[in-house]
Amino acid sequence: MTAYFDHAATSPLRPEARRALVECLDLVGNPSALHRAGQRARAMLEESRERLAAAVGCQPAEVIFTSGGSEADSIAVLGGWRATGRRRALVSAIEHPAVLGARDHGAELLPVTGEGVVDVDAAAELIDSDVGVVSCMLVNNETGIVQPVERLRGAAYKHGAWLHTDAVQALGHVPVDFRALGVDMLSLSAHKVGGPVGVGALIARRDVQPRAIGLGGGQERAVRSGTGAVALASAFAVAAECAVRELPDDTVRLGAMQDRIAAALTELDARINTYEAPHAPHIVNATFPEIRAGDLLFLLDQRGVFASVGSACRAGVHQPSEVLRAMGRSDDEAASTLRFSMGWNTTWAEVDELIDGVTRALDLARLAF
Amino acid sequence: MRVLVAMSGGVDSAVAAARMVAAGHEVTGVHLALSKNPESYRSGARGCCSLEDSHDARRVADKLDIPFYVWDFAEEFHEQVVEDFIAEYEAGRTPNPCLRCNEKIKFTALLDRGVALGFDAVATGHYARLARHDDGSVTLHRASDVAKDQSYVLGSLTEDQLRRCIFPLDDVQKPLVREEARALGFGVAKKPDSHDICFIPDGDTQGFLSRHLGSEPGPIVDDSGVVLGEHRGHHRYTVGQRKGLDLRVPAADGNPRYVLRIEPASNTVVVGAKERLAVRGLSCVRTTWASGRRDGEWRGQAQFRAHGTPVGAVFSLADGQLQVTFDEAQLGLAPGQQLVAYDGDQVIGSGVIAEASA
Repeated sequence: MTAYFDHAATSPLRPEARRALVECLDLVGNPSALHRAGQRARAMLEESRERLAAAVGCQPAEVIFTSGGSEADSIAVLGGWRATGRRRALVSAIEHPAVLGARDHGAELLPVTGEGVVDVDAAAELIDSDVGVVSCMLVNNETGIVQPVERLRGAAYKHGAWLHTDAVQALGHVPVDFRALGVDMLSLSAHKVGGPVGVGALIARRDVQPRAIGLGGGQERAVRSGTGAVALASAFAVAAECAVRELPDDTVRLGAMQDRIAAALTELDARINTYEAPHAPHIVNATFPEIRAGDLLFLLDQRGVFASVGSACRAGVHQPSEVLRAMGRSDDEAASTLRFSMGWNTTWAEVDELIDGVTRALDLARLAF
Repeated sequence: MRVLVAMSGGVDSAVAAARMVAAGHEVTGVHLALSKNPESYRSGARGCCSLEDSHDARRVADKLDIPFYVWDFAEEFHEQVVEDFIAEYEAGRTPNPCLRCNEKIKFTALLDRGVALGFDAVATGHYARLARHDDGSVTLHRASDVAKDQSYVLGSLTEDQLRRCIFPLDDVQKPLVREEARALGFGVAKKPDSHDICFIPDGDTQGFLSRHLGSEPGPIVDDSGVVLGEHRGHHRYTVGQRKGLDLRVPAADGNPRYVLRIEPASNTVVVGAKERLAVRGLSCVRTTWASGRRDGEWRGQAQFRAHGTPVGAVFSLADGQLQVTFDEAQLGLAPGQQLVAYDGDQVIGSGVIAEASA
């Protein structure tokens, strides 16, 4: 059997989402077309928008469908920054590359504490009225640690900066309510919650209008162009609904699995980075002393246990984790760290398989070090 | 057997992997990442460490439906191969980085890691033949395609290493390897062979060395110490070089002059007549044995370049150094060059030239 522990990279398609996707694939008509066929396609797209909005606590008009989380982030940070016309932008040091990349456009970094949490006090000092956008993720994709987004609201609001949060890893694992969070923009991705790859959304308040970063017909609120992806949006909405509906249950179930894995790995001398601060229930980020992460991954792979290092990969080579570095960890620690992430269909049998796999692989990985 | 195939992204290792799969082994492909910035090394489908090469290797593994990983040896490669290459030139010697990479990276770092992770052997696309004998010993021989034979660059491997090696291309001619790759539908079937040094993407070795070693001018002198000209860095010269000396003073006898030796301590290049290049004997350090040490005096052949011509010689060991006496004087041998000793088609051992004697 195999044990899939890479949901944070992509989650298997939920049967409900699959059904919705297949049902809509044969729908004829461009949702922007004026004829009846187009109108029917448009109706399906708008229904998906309404369902997604209801699932995440926003108005339908606030939903801008995108090709995924990365595009939503790019529009929010670059498009948002340009729309404000302000000189500065601030992004946390532990963002996904889709946000962190703004650094190459002159954005400054918000520091992170040793516990892997964005430093709110330091952020408050950095935010002034020259800042157009502040971006801080809701749940970190490598550690699973929940970030203090709501506590950045005061400073951002005071100086008139737009607050964006990347909620890609949060949806389905911690409550995501756009209104309650009080942010101006929020990014989502379908395939991390059992929807299809290739669709996501930027939720943006009506009075927050980021500048378009791509050319085209302006189909999505003149912010994002491209023919409306009716089937993808429909499957996304269904997956998001499932994820939100199952949230209370999953929090308990995945949380128990997480504790079990963390306890077992701690027994094996691992340091559980996820447990440094309040965290989502689906990720266990662990540093194993005296091993190469790549070796342990390989040995697990051979046993059919699929895990990840969590950080970016270039030409097949793992790059040192920016997140762990920002937390003050050494390159050696970062190079011996793995991420195990769970999702909607993770089973206890898989958890046992993972623990058994790591236990057996670890000796060999230490020998190979 | 559980076999790890080192897949460079070239046609040879692709066919080697295919042959291992066809032979029924449990095969895993691994590509060695040798640069921290894969984009910075040679690109354009000629090498073994560029981004395209990694991609090409992966696509071959996909076709064979074998697991494939990229292992990062960038740090080891830089320390053991690139820095050694520069240091050797700095010391006035002429190293062979491919041999060094085989010795330190492919058949040490990779092999050790593979064995530690539970593999029985490492296979590569080298053209060479291993003979496994009834008594358990292993001997290394030239490939049947003598024109492509790569036993020289494997010449410093020891029997312990060879025991864990498989060279599936031992019996085949290069054109047939391409034919095999084409038949298997590999995109790399038409990929040209690599010839350059992979960490010098533009092929400009002199420029690379100058960037690392500078261009400190020094004298070019004749054997009696008379200054004939000036050079801009002794690393630009190799023993036996004739062209590009730019000497202001012609030789008394009007004959061309050649680099005889390089004296790094005084940053001096010594030139002289061709006859002065003649070497009758050598002593080698860093001696290795492909299948056990050979004591006493024995006849064999010496080879100094990947596709050099083997020359008859008598070998013996003295004070741990391999002593070589040629049947006929040889020209243009430089300290730092690797000697591989053969007995017919069998590799006996190797050494690095320490000094030559007339």
